Amino acid sequence: MEEHYQHLYEALSQVDGYIYPNEIDLHWGLMIVLYPYITGLVAGAFILASLERVFNIKALKPTYGLALLTALAFLFVATLPLVSHLQHPLRSYEIFMTPNPTSAMAIFGFVYLWYLMVVLLLEIWFDYRRDFVIWSKTSTGFKKLFYKVITLGINETDEKSAKLDDKLGYYITVLGIPSAFLLHGYVGFIFGSIKANPWWSTVLMPVIFLFSAMVSGIALVMVVYMVVCWVRKVKIDMLCLDTIAKYLFYILIIDFTLESLDQIHRLYEAEESFDIIKVLVGGKLNITLIYIQVILGTLIPLSVIGFFQIYKPAEKIRKFAYFFIGIIVLIGVFFMRWNVVIGGQLFSKSLSGFTSFNAVYSGMEGYLMAAVWLILPLFILTFLLWLMPPWKKVTSHE
Amino acid sequence: MGTKRKLENRRKFFQTSATLIGGTLMYSLIKPFEAIAETKEKDTEDDKANLPLWGMGVDLESCIGCGKCVEACKIENDVPKEPFYFRTWVEQYTVKNDGEVKIESPNGGIGGLKQSVPDEDIFKSFMVPKLCNHCTKAPCVQACPVGATFISPDGVVLVDETYCIGCSYCIQACPYGARYMNPITKVADKCTFCYHRITKGLQPACVEVCPTDARIFGNLKDKKSDLVKFLQKNPTQVLKPHLNTHSRVFYNGLSSEVK
Repeated sequence: MEEHYQHLYEALSQVDGYIYPNEIDLHWGLMIVLYPYITGLVAGAFILASLERVFNIKALKPTYGLALLTALAFLFVATLPLVSHLQHPLRSYEIFMTPNPTSAMAIFGFVYLWYLMVVLLLEIWFDYRRDFVIWSKTSTGFKKLFYKVITLGINETDEKSAKLDDKLGYYITVLGIPSAFLLHGYVGFIFGSIKANPWWSTVLMPVIFLFSAMVSGIALVMVVYMVVCWVRKVKIDMLCLDTIAKYLFYILIIDFTLESLDQIHRLYEAEESFDIIKVLVGGKLNITLIYIQVILGTLIPLSVIGFFQIYKPAEKIRKFAYFFIGIIVLIGVFFMRWNVVIGGQLFSKSLSGFTSFNAVYSGMEGYLMAAVWLILPLFILTFLLWLMPPWKKVTSHE
Repeated sequence: MGTKRKLENRRKFFQTSATLIGGTLMYSLIKPFEAIAETKEKDTEDDKANLPLWGMGVDLESCIGCGKCVEACKIENDVPKEPFYFRTWVEQYTVKNDGEVKIESPNGGIGGLKQSVPDEDIFKSFMVPKLCNHCTKAPCVQACPVGATFISPDGVVLVDETYCIGCSYCIQACPYGARYMNPITKVADKCTFCYHRITKGLQPACVEVCPTDARIFGNLKDKKSDLVKFLQKNPTQVLKPHLNTHSRVFYNGLSSEVK
């Protein structure tokens, strides 16, 4: 407690202008930055998988299973930062028991469960069921036990059953696309519907969140695919990589257009809050918004991939460039979430001053915990790839 | 083996999954309607008609910025003493001759607000007490994911301490900065109009101690109340009217600089 007060006294000494006295404490910290970030990675990775399956973009086939498992690994972790940020985490089940129908936050639990249980787990299950049966016959120990249990007793391996899996899996994917849109558009609405905060309150927020989610998910799968190929010492499918990059390029253009539109609209309308937002963007958010989000995370990737659409340099250069772009896009989107969540709390609702964000290293809201939530899904993904490697699959959908 | 068994297996799997998911959903959907089964609805409606509708008037022409109200509130309601937690506070506005507006509220105004701008530079100066506006269309109540914050039948926005999960969404949703996360109870905390006092016929602590009667508390339904008289006599305004929260705290003499 003393440490918390000391932290707040420090923030109090850094207040610039006038803020309401209750605003010194930033109520949403790093954990709430991670929450839309991780959820976005899930939605984005899933949509990449759907591009292949539903929109029949065959070049993306090598990443289909990988994208689904990536989405699953991150989805397992998605709610943890959120719950750990609650002051009463043990009461979190109340969101399911007595959701307030007017609250934009209340249905998150249901949207999450729908996405996890109905969409992602089912789609992966249908995709892998036949393989589980086949693998359960050839493996031993834990793997054998897992495969046996996960087949849920449905052990047919004939063509007909594979066709049925394929068909049902396809329907689930079709259902999954609006669900992924819902999952992340909805996360944007949590912020966009707060009329008290002019930095958040924009009708474009859900759409911006959705497209930046796709951008981050695609970049993540691109990086994961390259790393997995290097670790497995197999050749990277360049057609696949070029195609992922192409879609990253298209969606990044839409994302950038929407975000620019939002800012231009603010600039042109110049409402009551504009004066303080102008100072916010030029000052406290200058580095994270202009340099990291816009220049590093958007303009550089756009120019490089854009250039590759006209002139394709040697594979080696492209591989290096794609890896680098994947990483900076991921950093850029992380800071987009940062700029929304932290940025929205740096200025006072009195529109007359600023508080400051001083992150801590330890504790539930600290950098170390944030690193744990970002690294944990990678461990889960590694485990999933060991348990159900997409490249060892015997069956694959049409 | 064969298609029939396969289909049966699948059917079973879907049935179990659907029952589990559907069960949770149904329970959540039914739970809020529990009260209906208790056959008390008519009584409550009659009761509600007879209940007062609490509100507050703030006369800015009378406020001297002594900060007694802030101090009384902290003592009465066990608000942590640190200068980051307030159920009410007083802001001092100073409009300088060059048009610059300076707003201050050191420690919420406890100990009295002192002018830091030299007299010759001042165009005008005034005090503005702030507190929860007990909005009729409260954004915090709308936002609370579990319904832990609610409007009482007599019009006071309250928080159920035993139910709040501490997500801070209500704090983000409040346009007036009137809420804070209580570091002791770890739930959202705010002005209750001293609900424990007003339900016993007493005045809120801040109103009780105000030496200049700058705060007028009362029943908006009672035409003879001091509050209604205050509203009849003075042209009053609410804070941030463009946000359409239908606030029940009314200010007399509110200047356009106040946000």
